[in-house]
Parts: sequence; C-alpha cells; structure tokens
Amino acid sequence: MVDFGGWDMPVQYPAGTIEEHLRTRTHAGLFDVSHMGEIDVRGADAIAFVNRITSNDTTKLVDGQAQYSALTTPEGTVIDDLVVYRLAADHLLLVVNASTTDKDWEWIKSNHSGESVELNNVSADYCQMALQGPDAKTILQTLTDVPLSEIKYYHFTRGNIDGVAGIISRTGYTGEDGFEVYAPPDRAEQLWNKILDAGKTDTPTGVLPCGLAARNTLRLEAGMALYGNELDESTTLLEANLGWICKLDKGDFIGREALARQKEEGVKRKLAGFEVVERGIARDHQDVVVAGQRVGTVTSGSPAPFLKKNIGFAYLPIEFASVGQEIQIDVRGKLVGAQVVKAPFYKRAK
Amino acid sequence: MANVPEDLHYSKDHEWVRVDGNEAIIGITDYAQNSLGDVVYVELPKAGDEFAANESFGSVESVKAVSEVFTPVAGTVATINESLADEPETVNSDPYGGGWMIRVKMSNPGEVDSLLTAAEYEDFTKAESE
Repeated sequence: MVDFGGWDMPVQYPAGTIEEHLRTRTHAGLFDVSHMGEIDVRGADAIAFVNRITSNDTTKLVDGQAQYSALTTPEGTVIDDLVVYRLAADHLLLVVNASTTDKDWEWIKSNHSGESVELNNVSADYCQMALQGPDAKTILQTLTDVPLSEIKYYHFTRGNIDGVAGIISRTGYTGEDGFEVYAPPDRAEQLWNKILDAGKTDTPTGVLPCGLAARNTLRLEAGMALYGNELDESTTLLEANLGWICKLDKGDFIGREALARQKEEGVKRKLAGFEVVERGIARDHQDVVVAGQRVGTVTSGSPAPFLKKNIGFAYLPIEFASVGQEIQIDVRGKLVGAQVVKAPFYKRAK
Repeated sequence: MANVPEDLHYSKDHEWVRVDGNEAIIGITDYAQNSLGDVVYVELPKAGDEFAANESFGSVESVKAVSEVFTPVAGTVATINESLADEPETVNSDPYGGGWMIRVKMSNPGEVDSLLTAAEYEDFTKAESE
C-alpha cells in the first residue's frame, strides 16, 4: 500500500502489475478509484461559470454527456485536468484528481465572481469503480437493467447497479472500452465484490482487481497525461498536446489570452512520446540528451507491458520533438538510445 | 511465507550467497523478488569487474521500481547469468536457482561468516515487514 493524495492505495493486487495490465487489455480490470474528487456546480449560471474557468467548451455538452477539460491559470498552464459531467442544464459535476482536489476546490471558489451557482465539494459522497476492458460491458450488464450498449463513449446515465443508484459513465483511463460507476461510498464494497463475482475473477479470463501501478502503465501506453507528471502549473495545454481541449473561440476563459498568444507564436517545447531502442528502462525525472546536451526531462517512463517496449513522455524543445528524432535518456548515468514516436503508443482495435 | 533455504548466507539488503570453494554465487531472495513484483530488467556487471563488499553491482527493475543489488562479499566477477537478459522473470520464478545473478571470486572468503544465517535472515525479514 502507498499513500496517494492522502489515500491508502494498493500498488498492485496478488496477480501483479503485468498480469493486471494484460487482463485489462484482453478481458477486464477493475479499479477502485474512489480517491478521485468530485465538485458539484449547481445553479442558473453553472454552464457559464464552468465555461469561464475551464478550457474546453462547456456549452457544447448536452444532458448525459461528459467532457475532458482542464482548469487553467491565466498563463494557460494547468491547475488540473478533469472530466465535466452535465447532469442538467443547471447542474454539472466536475471529476478531478485526488491529489489536487483541495487545491482545485480553493481555486474554483476563489474564481467564482457573481455567477449564480452553488458550489459543493462532494468528494466524500461518491465512491468510483472503473471497470475497463473488452469484457467490461458484458460483465456490468449482468448487474444492471440499463442498456449499456446505448451509452455512447463519453456519455453517462443514472441507473442502478446491483440495486445501488448511481451514475454509469462510459469513460476511463486505460485506452479500453469501459465504464466508471459513481455511487454512495457505503456501497463501495458491495459494488467491488459484485463486479468481481460477475466477472468471474477466479478464472483465467476473468476480471482482475488492478492497482495504481497498472492504472499508470495502462494510461501511459494509451498516451494519456497524468497530472503531476505531464501536466502541472508550469506546462501549458498547448505544450502538452492538449490543443484539442483549448476552445479559443468559445469566448473568454481563464488563460485564453495566453494560450491564443502561444498558439500564434508557436510552442517552443512540447510533450513527445518516445520508445527506448537500446537496453534499459527510462524512468520519471531522467534527463533527455541530444548530441551531448541536456534538452529535456522524462515526465513518465515505464515498461509498457502490452506493447513489450519501454516507453515514455518527455518535454522536448520543438526542434527535437518530431517523430523519428533520435534522443538519449540518462538512465542513472548511462546514456540509453531512444526515439521520438507517435503517441498514443497503443490504440485498441475498434 | 517467503522461502529461505538453510544452506545459504544472507545480507540485510536481501541478497543470498551460495559458497562454492573460493567462489560466491549471488542472487536476490524470495522475499526480495516478492516485494519487487514482476522483474522486467536486470542490469549486471561484466566478468572481471571488481567489487568491495556491500557495493552496488547492478540493478533489478520491476514495472514500477528500480532496486540496486549489492555484493555481500568482496571479489572479482567470474561469470554473470547471461540468460537474465532475455528472461528476467526467472528472478521471480526461481530466485535461488535459475535466477542467480553473478559468480564472484572472493577476495576474502572469511567474509561470508559475517553474513546472516537462514534463521537470522528469516527473523530479520519478519521484523522488517512488521
């Protein structure tokens, strides 16, 4: 167990990280992600308010739709990345990272000025179970009457799972099809056990409980950013290749001006995916070297269990960030060859 | 419960030593491989490299972490386990057999007497995991 944003979280379950990772890619994995924070925004100006403090276009959402977005600073850097759920025209739920929930909550409150909204930090009112993988739908369907096939990607519905009223969302952080279920925290154990049972966890093709380590390798392989690694208050959304959640034409929002300027001038560095081509494993915080010069830092580096490669992300000066660029990683004093490649590293067959 | 063979010597860094004449065969314990998780990479020295006692001779990497490995006794590397380059998972499946790492010609064979016995190592790991 490790401390993760104040939560005691398992790094891995008995099957081990590699098996958990592979099972999620081939069958299903279950993640207790109750540590994620939830902030409730209610009121006539809910959409206008969230649209002003986040980078994606909140006005584009319809009821029952979710959207990946970010809380940005005036400099266009990132307070947090989050998912915005539209429950109703006057009711949004913001799902934020555990380690940043308190910071986000203070930031959101301090940026509230005049809009007619009621803000509540409801993180303690939800548990969250993420069932991910090609078998996720079939498994979850045995526990609910909600027709899961009708929920489109990044959409959700309210419904019962094993008799527990919650939110069923077709979202995830693994690169697989899957669902995230939000429910009252006193039902967490029931949902966890029922999903594992329904997914025949004791069989070789059944659902496996997965820990933080597999959550990290799965998201990295799928090319998804992790707050604190790829994203923080020193990196802009454009540098992080998240221009697709920067809707510069949607009207004013915190950081819009800085991002618009950066877009016009062009970024000087950007997040690049790389694959290690020599023997060795790149790790977080290691230096990236080109022609003897230290040019960047690895934000996430790890073995990729499904691809059976050693991969990572690093911020690199734009002139070294193109696919095919040869780089070296300083792995504890030894320079190991690597190459910039296209991210995501893994993309599931549709 | 971790497996701790009677006939080996142990370090507090969780390496084991099997004495074979003037040579020592070195690997990591069952307890260590279990704490590390799936081993995906083992970095070993070259034959001929010299090490003092308790010096780092390489590293063992799991998906999540890197751990250094130390020579419990001083000496010169005679051979290394080349097969770990392609099959690092042997460290998990057979830590005291196929998962051995290096064979060292000891510069002071008496050093093994200062290492932990199986019973002492077992007590040590119990205390450490409490």
